[in-house]
Amino acid sequence: MSRMSGIGQYVPGDSSVHRLDAAAKIGVVAAFTVALFVVRGFAGLAALGAVVAAAIAISRVPVRAVARGLRAVGFIMVVTIVFNMVRWQPTEALVRLGPLAIDGAGLRMGLFFAARILLLVTGTSLLTLTTSPVQLAGGIERVLAPLKRVRVPVGDLAMTLTIALRFIPTTAEEAEQIMTAQQARGASFDAGGPIARARAYAPVLVPLFFQLFRRADALATAMEARCYRGSEGRTRLVESRMGTADWVAMLVSGGVVIAVGVLL
Amino acid sequence: MIRFESVSFRYRADAPLALDDVCVTLEAGEVVAVVGANGSGKSTLARLCDGLLEPTSGRVLVDGIDTAAPESLWDVRSMVGMVFQDPDDQIVGTVVEEDCAFGPENIGVPSAEIRVRVDSSLAAVGLQGLERREPHLLSEGQKQRLAVAGALAMRPRYLVFDEPTAMLDPAGRRAVLEITERLARAEGHGVLVVSHDITGIARADRVIGLDSGRVVFDGGPDGLLGDAGMMALLGLALSPAARLAAALRERGLDVPLSAADAESLVASLWR
Ligand SMILES: Nc1ncnc2c1ncn2[C@@H]1O[C@H](COP(=O)(O)OP(=O)(O)O)[C@@H](O)[C@H]1O
Ligand SMILES: [Mg+2]
Repeated sequence: MSRMSGIGQYVPGDSSVHRLDAAAKIGVVAAFTVALFVVRGFAGLAALGAVVAAAIAISRVPVRAVARGLRAVGFIMVVTIVFNMVRWQPTEALVRLGPLAIDGAGLRMGLFFAARILLLVTGTSLLTLTTSPVQLAGGIERVLAPLKRVRVPVGDLAMTLTIALRFIPTTAEEAEQIMTAQQARGASFDAGGPIARARAYAPVLVPLFFQLFRRADALATAMEARCYRGSEGRTRLVESRMGTADWVAMLVSGGVVIAVGVLL
Repeated sequence: MIRFESVSFRYRADAPLALDDVCVTLEAGEVVAVVGANGSGKSTLARLCDGLLEPTSGRVLVDGIDTAAPESLWDVRSMVGMVFQDPDDQIVGTVVEEDCAFGPENIGVPSAEIRVRVDSSLAAVGLQGLERREPHLLSEGQKQRLAVAGALAMRPRYLVFDEPTAMLDPAGRRAVLEITERLARAEGHGVLVVSHDITGIARADRVIGLDSGRVVFDGGPDGLLGDAGMMALLGLALSPAARLAAALRERGLDVPLSAADAESLVASLWR
């Protein structure tokens, strides 16, 4: 299970960022993403960076948790910078390396793109860090609700997502059990090269999938016995509704997008 | 009352009958145990109670409503709560209260009323205080009690349990057994329990014995526990305490056959 935690794991809390409705948070993040792509210069990125920093501070999510999610994109950022700054025919050569050169304009462009990736990942991971998976599934359902008109089964998709979330720990436990059983029979999961290691997982995946299909079948029966018949006419234990704070957050972030797009 | 009228069932046209001309009843306030060897048709019988399966011939009536009638299927399913063997196969929610609310949500109960039902159902199975716990952090016994609470939140009149204690340790088994009995005796639910657990069988009001899809026994537990031939046919073995009780009876002591575990045997000897 520890292998799966990483990017954007929910950190429970009671800050105003946590309490914001999931649908509103999705809206804010969407606006923020648009803003990231309309800004033209470093000033705009700096403004958006300040917004993210303020949001992190308000949410009281440990900076360590945010940084953990960034490790995965560090490599992409480095590659972005390197590929942009190294050129055959520099316009503004800073350092010459044989036929190649490090170009000043390219370096700035690389840094700009890298900073944009950094802010994009930080902003979206703040969403998953401050929203429980269930609230997130509910939020996605409400954001996508208009698609119901064109017969997209939004409710069923959200239910599927919720069930998937519910069964991640159960499936991880089962995988662990099967691996232990195979190890008891002499299987080894960390010997040999990558291909040998991948092959060692086949005897784990086959019973795991078999078990998953059996469980899916049993679960479908149990859901039917509990009167599940699609999302039509379903009520909810906790009805989420957008409050004043949620609308304010949406309007403010919409305003920020426009302001940043026009000014910076 | 749930009433089976000459019910036969086969899974496929070319398969043998999984149930063969079954006529049984389950009354409100009654605990009925269903026993039989593996493959004798116990789970099939359980699934016929709420229309998860439809009879190939004959009828199943729940308070007079035919389970095969499509227009009343959801009424029947909310009147009959089901609990299956593996709790992990029936828990849908990511936290306890959310799972408990699943059934009422499906039948469109208003939020405030769902909250009331969830709280009372969780209290009925002793899970109050664990509302926000994730299911995978519960013990097997707690998970199974959550499954019972999920069924109760539908406010059913009947509860059907298919081997609810097979995966539990003795303590979890006792807890679930006590809950099922209380639901019948105090709350007036009709309870049908598929079980191999001798203690549970001994304490039931009535036992239905299945062999190859046919009802071969329908009567009080004493009549079954005293019949070694029938016990063998149904794949049941007496517990050590029950064997001792039977031996004491043979020597003329007045020990009830239902003293199937050490505690009740001691209690009846001291009486
Ligand atoms: N889904 C199914 N498809 C086909 N046959 C089945 C299915 N489920 C059970 N059966 C068959 O029906 C008979 C009764 O099964 P079941 O009711 O599960 O017995 P029990 O619960 O007493 O072990 C068995 O012969 C079994 O093989
Ligand atoms: Mg069975």
